[in-house]
Amino acid sequence: MPKTKYLQTPLKEDELAQLQIGDKVFITGIIYTGRDAAHKRLVELLEKNEELPFDIKGQVIYYVGPAPAPPGKPIGSAGPTTSYRMDPYAPALLDAGLKAMIGKGPRSQLVIDSMVKNKAVYFAAIGGAAVVVAESIKEAKVIAYEDLGTEAIRELRVENFPCIVANDIYGKDIYQEGVEKYKR
Amino acid sequence: MRQIDVKEIIPVIRKLCIDANYYIGEDVIKKIKEFYEKEESETGKEVLSILLENYELSAKEKMPICQDTGVAVVFIELGQDVHLVGGDFVEAINEGVRQGYKDGYLRKSMVDDPIIERKNTKDNTPALIYTDIVPGDKIKITVAPKGGGSENMSEVKMMKAADGIEGVVDFVVDRISRSGGNPCPPVVVGIGLGGDFEQSALLAKKSLLRSLDQKNPDPKWAKVEEEILEKINNLGIGPQGLGGRTTALGVFILSKPCHIASMPVAVNVQCHAARHKSAVI
Ligand code: SF4
Repeated sequence: MPKTKYLQTPLKEDELAQLQIGDKVFITGIIYTGRDAAHKRLVELLEKNEELPFDIKGQVIYYVGPAPAPPGKPIGSAGPTTSYRMDPYAPALLDAGLKAMIGKGPRSQLVIDSMVKNKAVYFAAIGGAAVVVAESIKEAKVIAYEDLGTEAIRELRVENFPCIVANDIYGKDIYQEGVEKYKR
Repeated sequence: MRQIDVKEIIPVIRKLCIDANYYIGEDVIKKIKEFYEKEESETGKEVLSILLENYELSAKEKMPICQDTGVAVVFIELGQDVHLVGGDFVEAINEGVRQGYKDGYLRKSMVDDPIIERKNTKDNTPALIYTDIVPGDKIKITVAPKGGGSENMSEVKMMKAADGIEGVVDFVVDRISRSGGNPCPPVVVGIGLGGDFEQSALLAKKSLLRSLDQKNPDPKWAKVEEEILEKINNLGIGPQGLGGRTTALGVFILSKPCHIASMPVAVNVQCHAARHKSAVI
């Protein structure tokens, strides 16, 4: 039976160990955004043994390129982007201490294996539910790669950011199991 | 002959870009409610109810339904008795898009070249414009913002007549099966049959302008649409690919005559954010 869980960032390993695919999760705290272009730069820094623009240990990266903030709002619509484009970069970031990723769509086996190895998880946010997500974002500021525009790295302060556990630390994958269950 | 100043087009396009992105069609809401009742997966139901909540919020807060406010696809039906004056028609459309995406706080998602530089054009132009000349003295304009996630799951295949309708059905169902959760299911599936290579793709895109309330006027195609829809919803992909019965809300076919040696088939995948708005000048 899927459960509802409330998590605070930075994430703790014992809490992640209790999560199972299908669980509904609400995240509160600081998370970071990044898409393809920012991931490429982060991995280049890691390869050169240079410092990342934020402390990645126990952290969460949300794959999003938000719409511009309308007047009076911290951010515009901010639903997830497709995660497979970040698959080539994710294992290096997980090795560096990243504990969770939020996006949409399935991950490659390489990323799933890396999550098991590093005891990390992947959350599915609801693609296209971009205003619902934006409502949970209370503050947003660009902390790196401003030149990338919507793809810059932002620090977000979120309250009860809604998502669903898609891959747990045990290697289970809702995109496979869920589909198997309802296939006819 | 009716004269229309191209400057009249600018505010119309501007408004259509904004409205299409803020306000989802009633047909989508109605269909999702219908499927919610039938959805067997608890997670699936949860996702569908969040989508409904999101459509309500986007309209209320005047924010785009999805942050991917798409490339601006613009369909024009230009009456042959219209004489366009006052400037460049294409530039007027682009100016409307520029204003709409700026004033509506919509995301700018166009890069100048597809592979080498990929520099953002910063105003979401150029629009992708398709013009048909039709009888009459009016201009019908449709703006259909198209997101990347679903567009990337689309495909054209040059099939053989011998593959038959079964071949077409299998190809389409397989295309959706391979797309899994990537195009933000529930999706709407646009299918273009016939014409030639590029026309099949355009037919598939145009088919997506139909309302989910409307059946295909040709009973022959309506039957095929139903068959494909049933097969897709038996794949188990479900809302967001997390498992369930609601994978597609509808399947639309548009067909045209083609060469005796050919059978082009195009599948254009549209996410649940099936955005399009029209106006007539
Ligand atoms: S596929 Fe559609 S709903 Fe999903 S992110 Fe893209 S535009 Fe938004």
